[in-house]
Amino acid sequence: MKTICNLKYNQTGRVVAVHGEGHVRKRLFDMGVTPSIEVTLLKCAPLGDPIEILIRGYHLSLRKDEALLVEVEVLE
Amino acid sequence: MIKVALAGQPNSGKTTLFNILTGARAHVGNWPGVTVEKREGLYRKDRTNEAISIVDLPGIYSLSPYTTEEIISRDYLLGKNCDIIINIIDSTTLERSLYLTTQLLETNIPLVIALNMSDELQKSGKQIDVKLLEKRLGVPVISISALREEGINELIEAVRKNAKKKRKARTVLENSEISETINLLEENFRSNEVVEPLFHAIKLLENDEYEIKKHPEALKFLKNSDFKFTSTTFNDDVEAFIADARYRWIVANLEGVVSVVTKEETTPSKKKRKLSRTGLADKILTHRIFGIPIFIAIVFIIFHLTFSENFLFIGGLLGEDFVTLPGTAFEGVFGEGGINSPGVILFNLLELACNSISDGLASIYKGPAWLGGLLFDGILAGVFAVLSFLPQIIVLYFFISLLEDTGYMARVAFNLDRIFRKFGLSGRSIIPMLMGFGCSIPAMINARTLKSEHERVATIRVIPFFSCGAKVPILLAVSGGIVQYFGVGNVDIIVFSMYAIGVVLAMITAIIMRKTMLKGETTPFIMELPPYRLPKAKALFIHLYDKAKHFVKKAFTIILVSSVVVWFLAHFSFNWEFLEDSQIEQSILMNVAQLVRPLFTPLGFGSQLTKYGWVFIAAAVTGLIAKENAIGTFGTIAASLAAAGLITIGGDSDVDSVTAMIQLTNINLPALLSFIVFNMTTIPCMAAVATAKAELTRKQFIGTIIFWLVVSYVISSFIYLIGSWWWTLFIILAILGLAVVGYFLYQKYQNNKVARV
Repeated sequence: MKTICNLKYNQTGRVVAVHGEGHVRKRLFDMGVTPSIEVTLLKCAPLGDPIEILIRGYHLSLRKDEALLVEVEVLE
Repeated sequence: MIKVALAGQPNSGKTTLFNILTGARAHVGNWPGVTVEKREGLYRKDRTNEAISIVDLPGIYSLSPYTTEEIISRDYLLGKNCDIIINIIDSTTLERSLYLTTQLLETNIPLVIALNMSDELQKSGKQIDVKLLEKRLGVPVISISALREEGINELIEAVRKNAKKKRKARTVLENSEISETINLLEENFRSNEVVEPLFHAIKLLENDEYEIKKHPEALKFLKNSDFKFTSTTFNDDVEAFIADARYRWIVANLEGVVSVVTKEETTPSKKKRKLSRTGLADKILTHRIFGIPIFIAIVFIIFHLTFSENFLFIGGLLGEDFVTLPGTAFEGVFGEGGINSPGVILFNLLELACNSISDGLASIYKGPAWLGGLLFDGILAGVFAVLSFLPQIIVLYFFISLLEDTGYMARVAFNLDRIFRKFGLSGRSIIPMLMGFGCSIPAMINARTLKSEHERVATIRVIPFFSCGAKVPILLAVSGGIVQYFGVGNVDIIVFSMYAIGVVLAMITAIIMRKTMLKGETTPFIMELPPYRLPKAKALFIHLYDKAKHFVKKAFTIILVSSVVVWFLAHFSFNWEFLEDSQIEQSILMNVAQLVRPLFTPLGFGSQLTKYGWVFIAAAVTGLIAKENAIGTFGTIAASLAAAGLITIGGDSDVDSVTAMIQLTNINLPALLSFIVFNMTTIPCMAAVATAKAELTRKQFIGTIIFWLVVSYVISSFIYLIGSWWWTLFIILAILGLAVVGYFLYQKYQNNKVARV
């Protein structure tokens, strides 16, 4: 399974599924991380975690633990 | 009266709009989660028509509450409290913003959309077809700019027109796979006389925790029905299906609404430059290698500009007397040897003014001696001692506001989340902690944005260790006294280390709490990083003006009253006889303070001092009312002692009073540092204690008070003991080591006990 964490910097992927459960999953949905949307990995924080992604035209930061829940397929 | 609720996602400009509509001056910042409490105001213009009351609600991404402040918003909206909702939307993040709108549409409350920051969108070369969007959403849409105060009249007009109209709840899930079930549940809610049946029906299907808790009977009804959701893409996952359906509907309905303006397309270079402001700033400020050093440098520069007496360290470069101005009225204002930082220069100027006033008044005063004592030694010495620190506090607030308004605060959280997680906190908790440098009260309230309850409690407890603006007078006056009397160090270095001790202490105690009493997960870090914005001068100055007003008001109310009380206690005996300044030893104040002196001996300002050592205790106790009071008390008592001829105060400033007190009490350097740290970390001021009480449960609150007392007592005595006798370090380390080992053994024993059962 590939997740946001497998993307290279500035590479775009399409969300296939959002795993996990409860609050974290709901918050990801609320923030617009839903199936078939495109996400671009922008950068990671100075200490390697959290990461910053571009989604639905805005910048979102999430931890790697949370990014691992978002399954993506890599786009060219 | 028309009751209007402002609802919208975090950082969409609700509070800016609220301030314009009501003329209020609520604090605004550029990061999600500035407002955590609802507030109310009246529309200030157009008084002839029916009055409009406006409620500003905390920002919410959706109506499924997640944190405490989001529950406030949802409960308010659904509690039949308002006639109409203004849903304010950030045009630059239209897709995500409309997600909340799709849920607001599921209620029967009339709705008006305020499309904010449309000017910002235009700048990036895009345009929104407002009429088309209005048609698609089925509710009025008004384009506004809260910042430039554009479109406000049209918005109010739309509110008046629609407030009394009925609006029928509708959902974007009509004609979907689950619409039949929605109808069934809606009918069930309606028959049970639940208001907003459609809304509750959908929330129940979304598996919303808060909904399930509130309507368990409806869940039972759903379980008993033959509802079974299956879908090829989502299997049995209704939650994902609904979220996806909402976003799909938004994307489909935005088709043709947002268009790229052709004019901008012809100048791609300009467009590219506009778009990259945030990108470029982020490249530097969250850089992998430089991000954290830059943060440290920014913090250091802020402290340097506020507190340093050797600005930019260019002291020795110019001639000795270049800025000292010997012989003039302004001697030492701009610097003594080195150049003062802006904060110190302003401080010196105000102090000069204060002293001129009290000297001027004293020279023309011809009343009885006791009244003169009360006026000059009691009131003026106390109030002015505190008031003269106003400039430095304002300079500090100026920089903190700058961090908030530009959007850098969210990046600090992003940069440091990893470190904070090691301490059992999340990056999100950095924001309330940094706010603590300004004032603990808003900081403690802001901790509501933390999802994890234990993390929130731990954060509230350590917030006072981030030394607030009101503690600045203590820091500066006592470190000034240290430099003047012992001739060691620089004021800014001492102040900086005291701040550092506070931060380190916060980290250590946070780890201990999160590993022992307050275990649990940290708040997830799913946070929006807002675009960088240039701070607006007007909003910034209004904010600083309000802070200054608050501080001055405090000086003339709480500090004034306390100074009078301290003066009276120092000039009356238990028989209510008036005492001359020289008879201070018989005063109530001294006798009471003598009684508790032994308690403070381990901290260095107890029984080991000369008989006037109680001054430090009196200062610390009055500091519990308001922190600046500690220095006000010094001013009042020092003035009385000087009048009695017991001390000679070298100059006019508070630093001179402290220096004189150091000489009189024979206190040593470690004890003075311990005194600063004790005041900084012990129970904060009354107002902050009241806030903590409101934010915590009774048990948590009592624990918090004990925590503050124990931590401040222990850390201050460590500083005094190690500072006075360095070898005690090893004894303290050994005790700490034993405590840690003991705790883990106890844990293991407890775990084994559980395992055996």
